[in-house]
Amino acid sequence: MVDDKAFHPWDDPTATPLIRIEHISKRFGDFTAIDDISLGIYPKEFFALLGPSGCGKTTLMRMLAGFETPSEGRITIDGADMAGVPPNKRAVNMMFQSYALFPHLSVWDNIAFGLKRDRLDKDRVAARVDEMLKLTQLGKLARRKPHQLSGGQRQRVALARAMAKAPKLLLLDEPLGALDKKLRQETQFELMDIQEKTGTTFVIVTHDQEEAMTVASRVAVMNHGELIQVDTPGRIYEAPSSIYVADFIGDVNLIEGRVGAVGELAELNWAEGRSLKGQAGPSLEPGQAATLAIRPEKIAISREEPEAGNRVKGRIVDIGYLGNLSTYHVKLDEGPMIKCEVGNRSRLARRDFTWEDEVWLSWTDTAGLVLSS
Amino acid sequence: MLRAFTAIPYAWLVVLFLVPFAIVAKISLSDYAISIPPYTPTLDLAAGWEGVRAFFSELDFENFVFLTEDELYWKAYLSSLQIAILSTFLTLCVGFPIAYGMARAPEEWRPALMMLVILPFWTSFLIRVYAWIGILANEGFLNQFLMWIGVISEPLQMLNTNTAVYIGIVYTYLPFMILPVYASLERMDPSLLEAAEDLGCSRMSAFWHVTWPLARPGVIAGCFLVFIPAVGEFVIPSLLGGSGTLMIGKVLWEEFFNNRDWPVASAVAIILLLILIVPIVLFQRHEAKEREAGR
Repeated sequence: MVDDKAFHPWDDPTATPLIRIEHISKRFGDFTAIDDISLGIYPKEFFALLGPSGCGKTTLMRMLAGFETPSEGRITIDGADMAGVPPNKRAVNMMFQSYALFPHLSVWDNIAFGLKRDRLDKDRVAARVDEMLKLTQLGKLARRKPHQLSGGQRQRVALARAMAKAPKLLLLDEPLGALDKKLRQETQFELMDIQEKTGTTFVIVTHDQEEAMTVASRVAVMNHGELIQVDTPGRIYEAPSSIYVADFIGDVNLIEGRVGAVGELAELNWAEGRSLKGQAGPSLEPGQAATLAIRPEKIAISREEPEAGNRVKGRIVDIGYLGNLSTYHVKLDEGPMIKCEVGNRSRLARRDFTWEDEVWLSWTDTAGLVLSS
Repeated sequence: MLRAFTAIPYAWLVVLFLVPFAIVAKISLSDYAISIPPYTPTLDLAAGWEGVRAFFSELDFENFVFLTEDELYWKAYLSSLQIAILSTFLTLCVGFPIAYGMARAPEEWRPALMMLVILPFWTSFLIRVYAWIGILANEGFLNQFLMWIGVISEPLQMLNTNTAVYIGIVYTYLPFMILPVYASLERMDPSLLEAAEDLGCSRMSAFWHVTWPLARPGVIAGCFLVFIPAVGEFVIPSLLGGSGTLMIGKVLWEEFFNNRDWPVASAVAIILLLILIVPIVLFQRHEAKEREAGR
């Protein structure tokens, strides 16, 4: 991952983005796939487009590659307007979701495919292919055909082929979607490694929020063709700008109510005469309907009434044991169900709580976030 | 029980292929005779071992020698090969774009398009070839149409020429080209072409570097499926071709039914079979290689 302290060109007003997306819209007949998006992506960034299927993330990526033309707006890459530039004339390469490896060509020839189209001389093609084989640790498989490879190996060939022409921008369409969970996690770190080594700008499309959080320097959360929030993974998680983002990224408890006093912290009146506090989200007005978003791992569980700023009482309905942590589903006396996650630092036998226990849940004033509904 | 079932295909091949082939081979080694059947010798099992020995001593290769002496035969073989090769090529030229179009058509249309390709098989092959006589004849639809739009003032002689034979073969065997080519194109992941473009190919070079190599197994299969029956084709040249159309299938028919010279006719058939075995073996080796490649 890119170190936040060292790498944050988006906060630097003098930095110029490599890719500028200016008021882009894309319509297919009546359907609006992309609705007036503007975005800058900086050199060496690992940028993730995250959203549910049909949110327009793939369309946006295909416009960067040149497979779709925007209905409105402008895309520039490294200062050059991309309008009318076909995919084969762009310094952009793409790693396809299906990998799209040429089945009639060996691994070596697949990687060399783009280089040969540039009419490079043979020695330079061979040198570059070998370099790519080394980078992706495919040396021993160079002579194999794609159907003789495992899923993970194919994924690496697809990456090597897309990287071979040293593009200014590499697009990755759900690159790890076809891999099983364990391999996916390993590969995420490999991808980050390769991105860092080569210094290429990566744009990844994914619907897997964990994947986006792991690999990306910034994440753009999309829904219905719009950008909901563009921020670092940390801020997306800790300071979501809307309930949609809070709910989409990770687990969250949502408690509905009305806004009381607003300052640095906001007060949420949620049950008769009872209020909770959390950090104030953007544009909150006293009296409006709002929701407190609180992550399960930020909630403490105890038998005695705690001192903390926010506390509620309830009864344990369900316990999920995940090994490293346990999830308690607690039904509050006021009605809502709250999920709370506790790390299992001690052995199973010494666990304190069981089904039907009366417990207190508590969290600090800054742990939650009050967002307008 | 299962063993009995697996024996059925072998029994089928022996009874319906190997035995008839042996009979034809035997006749090709016999001599012409005015009798029923019109050749000698015939096996006389009543004479016992002596009869069998006498039977084999009378078999010889003189019919094959005769085939090399009369230039009609090797000219007919050559002309058949030439017509078959050219019409296979023409069928490919017509069939490939159709198969390509079908494979790129919206998915919900494909079964209907496939149906249209197969539909002619529901009508008798003979009737379809006869229909072409109505189209190509001097007073036929095509000449009438061309004269009506004023392209020609005199009817063109199309029927009873080699052109008519090419048209007939291409028309008849087109589905055999379209189906295997379509099958190989339809399997192709469309994102391969996008990948090729992304890596610097123009549309045209993407076709040559990706589509064509992937379609090649289908093209080869289609070419063999057209070429092999076209070499021995008899109905089309005799109905649509003229006196100048020399094809071995026609010669074979004339030997059998006009000259009633079964031994020479059988020799012609045996040589034709030997000629066709070469492409058939090539075809099967190609198929085996495809299977090995796992595609």
